[in-house]
Amino acid sequence: MIHFLVHDSADTVGVAVVDLAAGTECAGRDLATNAPLKAKTAEAIPLGHKFALRDFAEGDTAIKYGCEIGRVVKPIRAGEHVHVHNLKTKRWA
Amino acid sequence: MANERKVLAYRRENGRVGIRNHVIILPVDDISNAACEAVGNNIKGTLALPHAYGRLQFGEDLELFFRTMIGTGSNPNVAAAIVIGIEPGWTKRIVDGIAKTGKPVAGFSIEGQGDIATVAQASVKAKEFVQWASELQRTECDFSELYISVKCGESDTTTGLASCPTVGNVIDKHCARGGTASFGETTELTGAEHIVAAKAANEEVRKQFMAIFDDYQKLVFAQKVDDLADSQPTKGNIAGGLTTIEEKALGNVEKLGKKTKFVGCLQPAEAPGGDGLWFMDTSSAAAEAVTLWAASGAVVHLFPTGQGNIVGNPIEPVIKLSANPKTVTAMKEHIDVDVSPILQGEMTLDQAGDALIDMIVRTANGRLTAAEALGHREFVMTKLYRSA
Repeated sequence: MIHFLVHDSADTVGVAVVDLAAGTECAGRDLATNAPLKAKTAEAIPLGHKFALRDFAEGDTAIKYGCEIGRVVKPIRAGEHVHVHNLKTKRWA
Repeated sequence: MANERKVLAYRRENGRVGIRNHVIILPVDDISNAACEAVGNNIKGTLALPHAYGRLQFGEDLELFFRTMIGTGSNPNVAAAIVIGIEPGWTKRIVDGIAKTGKPVAGFSIEGQGDIATVAQASVKAKEFVQWASELQRTECDFSELYISVKCGESDTTTGLASCPTVGNVIDKHCARGGTASFGETTELTGAEHIVAAKAANEEVRKQFMAIFDDYQKLVFAQKVDDLADSQPTKGNIAGGLTTIEEKALGNVEKLGKKTKFVGCLQPAEAPGGDGLWFMDTSSAAAEAVTLWAASGAVVHLFPTGQGNIVGNPIEPVIKLSANPKTVTAMKEHIDVDVSPILQGEMTLDQAGDALIDMIVRTANGRLTAAEALGHREFVMTKLYRSA
């Protein structure tokens, strides 16, 4: 089973494609290269939601599709949920 | 390739190909809705299209109004049209616009005689039109003659992973064979505008696109009171895992395909001037945008959804596809094509694209889409500003 996907090799977040419990050892795939990936969730991640593939500090930029998707507003550790509570748009702020 | 297939469709007087055979009863203005709905009730097989506007509009907004009205009547999915307005002037302008297609069209106005006499006159003509239309036969047409529009809604991350790339696969195949297609959603390209700009066929088209994009950004900044966090992304987008407009836009533009360049920019509801992929300046609200594409002549719409947008259009069938395994189960009755196996690597994008083409062929041949069977007929005109 595939637990998560990334769009581009430069991505710093992965997308859960099944509901993931905290502490799941995840098998993933890089859609750009088809390479297998591994990660571990630090908290529950619902299907379709993102988790961090590395640690982020406040002010960092999250990358998905190889592009910027927003500014990190709270520190995030690898495996944690990345969403509206810790990531904001840079465009209409 | 899957899209080298033929479809059984209606070839109209002007040579254009339609996949439905509607006789519409079109109000010029809000106060003529009642008469139009009465005719729609009187004459079975006709379709009234009530809407909220048409009075005291002016300037660019008025031009968009006429383009939408005339374009709706001119759509190849419409066999014939009855137009009813409060006064004869604007009614005639719309009738004359639709008549350029060569299809049967007749106008009626209410002032000086009232609803009841108008409904009686219009019903006589509507009966004549619907009986005539009912004898028109489908004929074999090329798939590439279908003008296809694309827009997603209630997106989530599965949209960008699978259902939008599936549409992109169809766009590549369709445009490679001389087909016509259109995308839009101007504000929903925010964060991915550089990707769209790089897909412009030439520098002039790129500049036109960026000018339209920048103009819509100015509107957002002029009107916004926050970062639009409750509107773009929508609450549904956020529930589905999308966090920012940039992330949503990057998924959205997967619909443009991998190889296709877009050949020009269209005003809202403007008909493409030739084959290929066209950008149209539209809102990202589903019903408004699909109504604009229908008015530009598009005959079938491809609509990827993640969380389950249920939109339909009265004259342009909307085919829904989803890659969210929960949505395709929980909202099964709304989904025409399930591409969720892509997420587990059990279906390739090429296979998904061919499955979607197969559904376009079936829809063109007469299969009702989920939205049609469920009665979704959202006809929502875009209004640019207040009336005078």
